[in-house]
Amino acid sequence: MPTRSSDVLVIGGGVNGLACAARLAAAGCKVVLLETTGKVGGGAGEREFAPGFRAPALAHLTQGLDSRMVDGMGLARHGLVFHPPLATTVVSATGDHLVVRGGQTTGPDAAAWAALQAKLSAFARVLAPFRQMPPPRLSGQNRWPGLARQALGIRTLGRANLRELLRMILINVHDVAEDELTDDRLKGLLAFDATLGAWLGPRSPNSLILYLDRLARGEGSLLPKGGMAALAAALGRAAESAGVRVRTTAAVQQVLVEGGRAVGVLLADGEEIRSGLVVSAIHPRTTFHGLVGAAALDAGFYRATGHIRSRGGAAKLHLALRDAPDFRGADLRSRLVIAPSSEVVEAAFNPVKYGEVPDSPVLEAILPSAHEPGQAPEGAHVLSAIVQYAPHAPRAGLSAARAALLEAALGVLEAHAPGLRGLVSHADLLMPQDIEARFGMVGGNWHHGELAVEQMLFNRPQFGAAHYSTPVDGLWLAGAGSHPGGGINGAAGWNAAGALLEARA
Amino acid sequence: MIHDAIVIGAGHNGLVAACYLARAGMKVCVVEKNDWIGGAAVSRELYPGFTYSNCSYVSSLFRPEIMRDLELPKHGLQILPYEGGAVFQQGGGYLGMFRDHDANRREFARHSRRDAEAYDIYARDILRFCRFIRPMLMRTPPDPSSLRPRDLSELLWLGKQMGALSERMRARMVQFWTMSIADFLDEYFESPVIKGYLAVSAIIGTALGPMSPGSAYVLLHHYMGDVDGNVGAWGFARGGMGAITRALTDSLKAAGGEVRTGQGVERIDVTGGRASGVVLANGDVLRARRVISNMDVKRTFLRHVDEAVLPGEFVRRVKTFKIRGSSGKLNIALDSAPVFPALPEGAPNVRGDLHFTDSIERMERGYDDWKAGRFSRDPFQDVMIPTMIDPTMVPPGKHFMSCFVQYAPPKIEGRDWTDADRDAFRDTCLNQIETYSPGFKDRVLHVEVRTPRELEAEVGLTEGNIFQGELTFDQLLFNRPVPGYAQYRSPIRDLWMCGSSTHPGGGVMGAPGRNAAAEVLREAGMKRGMRDAYAVL
Amino acid sequence: MTTLGHFRTPLLQTPFHPRTAAANVLSRWGPWGGYMAALCFGDVDMEYTAIRNAASVYDLCPMVKYRIAGRDAAAYLNRLTLRNAATLPVGAVHYTAWCDDDGKLLDDCTLFRNGPDDFLICCQERHLPWLLDSAEGFDVQVAEVTQDIAALSLQGPCSASVLAAAGFDVEALKPFRMARFAFAAGEVTISRTGFTGDLGYELWIDPALALPLWDRLMTAGAPWGIRPIGSDALNLARIEAGFIITNLDFVPAHQALREDRPRSPLEMGLGWMIDWDKGHFTGRQALLAEKQAGSAWALVGLDIPGNVSAEGSILYHDKRTEAGFVTAAAWSPALKASIALAQVKARNLPGGNLWVEIYALRELQYVKLMLPVTVVERPFFNPPRRRATPAGRV
Repeated sequence: MPTRSSDVLVIGGGVNGLACAARLAAAGCKVVLLETTGKVGGGAGEREFAPGFRAPALAHLTQGLDSRMVDGMGLARHGLVFHPPLATTVVSATGDHLVVRGGQTTGPDAAAWAALQAKLSAFARVLAPFRQMPPPRLSGQNRWPGLARQALGIRTLGRANLRELLRMILINVHDVAEDELTDDRLKGLLAFDATLGAWLGPRSPNSLILYLDRLARGEGSLLPKGGMAALAAALGRAAESAGVRVRTTAAVQQVLVEGGRAVGVLLADGEEIRSGLVVSAIHPRTTFHGLVGAAALDAGFYRATGHIRSRGGAAKLHLALRDAPDFRGADLRSRLVIAPSSEVVEAAFNPVKYGEVPDSPVLEAILPSAHEPGQAPEGAHVLSAIVQYAPHAPRAGLSAARAALLEAALGVLEAHAPGLRGLVSHADLLMPQDIEARFGMVGGNWHHGELAVEQMLFNRPQFGAAHYSTPVDGLWLAGAGSHPGGGINGAAGWNAAGALLEARA
Repeated sequence: MIHDAIVIGAGHNGLVAACYLARAGMKVCVVEKNDWIGGAAVSRELYPGFTYSNCSYVSSLFRPEIMRDLELPKHGLQILPYEGGAVFQQGGGYLGMFRDHDANRREFARHSRRDAEAYDIYARDILRFCRFIRPMLMRTPPDPSSLRPRDLSELLWLGKQMGALSERMRARMVQFWTMSIADFLDEYFESPVIKGYLAVSAIIGTALGPMSPGSAYVLLHHYMGDVDGNVGAWGFARGGMGAITRALTDSLKAAGGEVRTGQGVERIDVTGGRASGVVLANGDVLRARRVISNMDVKRTFLRHVDEAVLPGEFVRRVKTFKIRGSSGKLNIALDSAPVFPALPEGAPNVRGDLHFTDSIERMERGYDDWKAGRFSRDPFQDVMIPTMIDPTMVPPGKHFMSCFVQYAPPKIEGRDWTDADRDAFRDTCLNQIETYSPGFKDRVLHVEVRTPRELEAEVGLTEGNIFQGELTFDQLLFNRPVPGYAQYRSPIRDLWMCGSSTHPGGGVMGAPGRNAAAEVLREAGMKRGMRDAYAVL
Repeated sequence: MTTLGHFRTPLLQTPFHPRTAAANVLSRWGPWGGYMAALCFGDVDMEYTAIRNAASVYDLCPMVKYRIAGRDAAAYLNRLTLRNAATLPVGAVHYTAWCDDDGKLLDDCTLFRNGPDDFLICCQERHLPWLLDSAEGFDVQVAEVTQDIAALSLQGPCSASVLAAAGFDVEALKPFRMARFAFAAGEVTISRTGFTGDLGYELWIDPALALPLWDRLMTAGAPWGIRPIGSDALNLARIEAGFIITNLDFVPAHQALREDRPRSPLEMGLGWMIDWDKGHFTGRQALLAEKQAGSAWALVGLDIPGNVSAEGSILYHDKRTEAGFVTAAAWSPALKASIALAQVKARNLPGGNLWVEIYALRELQYVKLMLPVTVVERPFFNPPRRRATPAGRV
């Protein structure tokens, strides 16, 4: 088999893989990126799920792309343009909707919401820098000046806010909603946004920090012009123009380890590619269990990889609609959230703990076709929704659970947009297992491992591999499974490239 | 007459604080609303000839340093270790716990050979966490927002404790403190019944389910005690839990202090910005140089202090302090020992804790009921028959059975408990026991049922929360009960807190009372007369 | 009522119990791995003498045994243990050990290769979770077989003669090799291994045949004065041989409550086992780092003046600063010396000036001794007959 060599092989052409590859290439490394599927972008992409209907393949909005990546890769230059930020409409079954734009809203809690958002945003601001650096170590080997700067940043909150931060850092979002708000619509929204993509309910301790992380990523939900495919295309172009050689349909079967060092990869078709370094931007469990294998890793480490919790609790729904749905007058160009109260969010989580399907899921829906033409045939619409919660290992079996959740989701939608069911010409629901099969995200968790406090920072994805390097010399991690996690963001990949370059220097 | 200190509430923490202050030379008076002493650590004759531990029912956490300082053994306190335990499985099986290591391993191996050995590694890890946290129980939490030398040096001390661990252990401990017990146990065990048994300590007394993050810490809270050096072991107080408060009362009297029962406090007097005494329900006024409240933080400040003299932010935080009750209790007099057909003849397990929830899932579903404002339809019960070991509580051959039950919400679907609710709750629990012990109900002579409603009404625990406030991180350490007021002081000068609402929290531990006394004496410039936490070798 | 009653007998009896119980005139038993083990049958001095002078029988059943079988068995063991299991010939045995990720010892063991894909681990402690964890990703089956194999250790200069008299010709069997012999309706496996540092063999058999084997050996060995020995006598012999025992000379990392207690193979004098070139094994990186940075501890053999055993004593450098502690000690009848195994802080090793502080109990009164010690080579006692092949007949 022909052996080609390069400085760095990056496995996985998702956002993080592209970000990492681009940064390395820009720094002068000879980088080859290997992507299993036919195109790059990972969770950011598009799929024609019914003739003439195109839907975001997985992610349907971005919530704060890493600014270093956007600037460093020159994504704007490569064609990335966003629609104006989407407002959020908390959709009520009675038409009593509430529109929320960041800290601004109306209704009885307008002032309380603004005050809460201001407080949480202040916390998020001092925590945000941690996203753009490698996790601190629980040892003396830290870059102390940088950490001291972050600590001072936290001190600038002032004494009262610092105490408040320390009280709230691990609190559950339900209690915050109860303490600070009276309007069930806002409580529901807060609970929903905090737990979006997580495997926990709003009453679970440690849930508010996920909301802080959401705020720290950047404000506003953004939809790229041209859809998520345009984002993927821009990332791909930017990476290639930085010098990355992108190879699609190149499925990696094994990371080659010789003398305790990663020296390249073996592709499924038998091709062997040698390189100085191997960077994996795919799921850490797939990396260690699937590509590296037990024989090259310590037993304790290998077992800990198996313990990475990666339960996906969200399903993805795509509906082809013959006509525009009517959510009792809600703005179809907004982010539509159906989460009537924090209790309803919690109740939707209860059954998935036991592998069951909720009767009344909560969801976030957008209509890409309401923003620009080309997503659906003239006059028709596409609805893309994240439906929570969905069991990652349904007891009733995948297809029965999928059917049950689809029925439940359509029931919820119908209750909020009467007549919607009659407009559906095609429905497509991706359960966590489907997401795993299609995107390689173990358990269907889009963070490549739950974003939960016990899997953050120095414990992400696991001790011994939390600083992008791994126990195998020359093998690095750059995916969402690493700090600071996933979503369409790129920080993990960008950080990984930084760590790798620093180690090289 | 002016007392040096008035302590409100003759529960164990109030008495511990009073004892230390009296021994240091203060003139101390403890006032108690009930006609009996003990708070939630009581022995009461609720059926002729039967002594009930009708609130707390087992002892482990009570600090040996305090027992020694206050000479409680001299005043009659004896702690008896108990023997084993069992979880009964649906379908007639059981998992037994044995004090003998080899017997226990072989018993666990019946359910999983792997788990039987993994248990040793698990126990080692838990013990490591306990060793780390135990020295913190007997210290005042530092205020991390403060730059005072004392706070900084305490923070430094904490840092040094951390520094003694390996980096791997530190990372592991952060995980343990934040994760759910269900996830934590999954990393060690495969058998549902073994996991169900071990998850118990993570939910007792809390408004969390075993799948809630943060529940693993609660487990630690139940494991950091010991019986005569056996860390994590539990025992009975001979004569019932009231033996602890009885010994404390005797110790207090020996030191010159007094306890007045049947004297509920109406109001804490605040004059010129400082606490100056209390007004009793009967109108009497007691004057004091300082007032120390053993009531929970909500009761103290929302019921007995004029809100106008308190800072607004403090009141807000007290109002949002989480103190949701999650448990109830059945106290039962039995005509004869119950029989559990699943157990082998003569098995020692009945002399320990008995459970009927054989999986984490059943416990979590019980929690789902609580969240929806219902008591659990299939509750978790921690059943103990202390009279299997303690011969002093009931006539020979008879038994007292204590059933701690989760989950029971403070309110039923938003409204107050009714007597009908209480009876339904009782029947649910009795029927569950009857399932595993046929004929059990025929042995019952008397049942006392305590839902959160009764706990609050009688013991004064707001919402029936046995820990005087939930044990989640937002209410632990420097956050307990309110950030900025975690050092036993309140916003009002000379008004102190010493109950379980303060660090390190609930359980019959005595540490909050002891730590509060240490702070009072420090401020008064008096000798503390107490041991530091035992050195960990 | 169910009939389970294991709680009534927390300690199991070995298949040899009817014989060992009859011989144990002192009823001195101790727990060992969940079994009753004889500490001494009647006279520890005579039992020791049997080991060094004639032939002794020791009930090895409580040793924990795991069968490792499957296509990846050798690869699995290579990742698990320190030595190269792939190069161990079928029919051979080696002494090896294994570590956790931090390179700290979990246990040592004898590893028997019964077939190309069939091994037996024989060790002191139970490790099923770790052995199963280590099996993830390998095509291998791990099963504890402690109860399925009865084992006897036959040790002493006359042991080959006793075996010959019993009908097992082991004269040509080299050290660390094994052979199979027909016995009764089954067979017995005999390996030339042992824990006494003397000529000796270990016999492995179906528990159903345990008593006939015992009887055969005792009858055949009678002319040589064969006798059963307890753990006390064996312990004396193993100290003379310089062997270490898990949980006596080091704490297995999985059991250590205190993080500073576990020791690496380099620290326990087992560095010679490590095959750095065989490929990855658990703990390799940590051990490599330790090899480069230097170890904190060293296991040494000590020669101590006088005749007082130094059990449980603390070592000092220059009589002042603590430098380590004794893990095993005895007056050696074979060497006529007070010997000890000790863990010493590596920085105190060069230059000597090591002292031992002994508290000796004499007629209810402790006498304190501060004695200079000499670090000596292990094994302390190493007679040529131990290795001689063909084995000497007496």
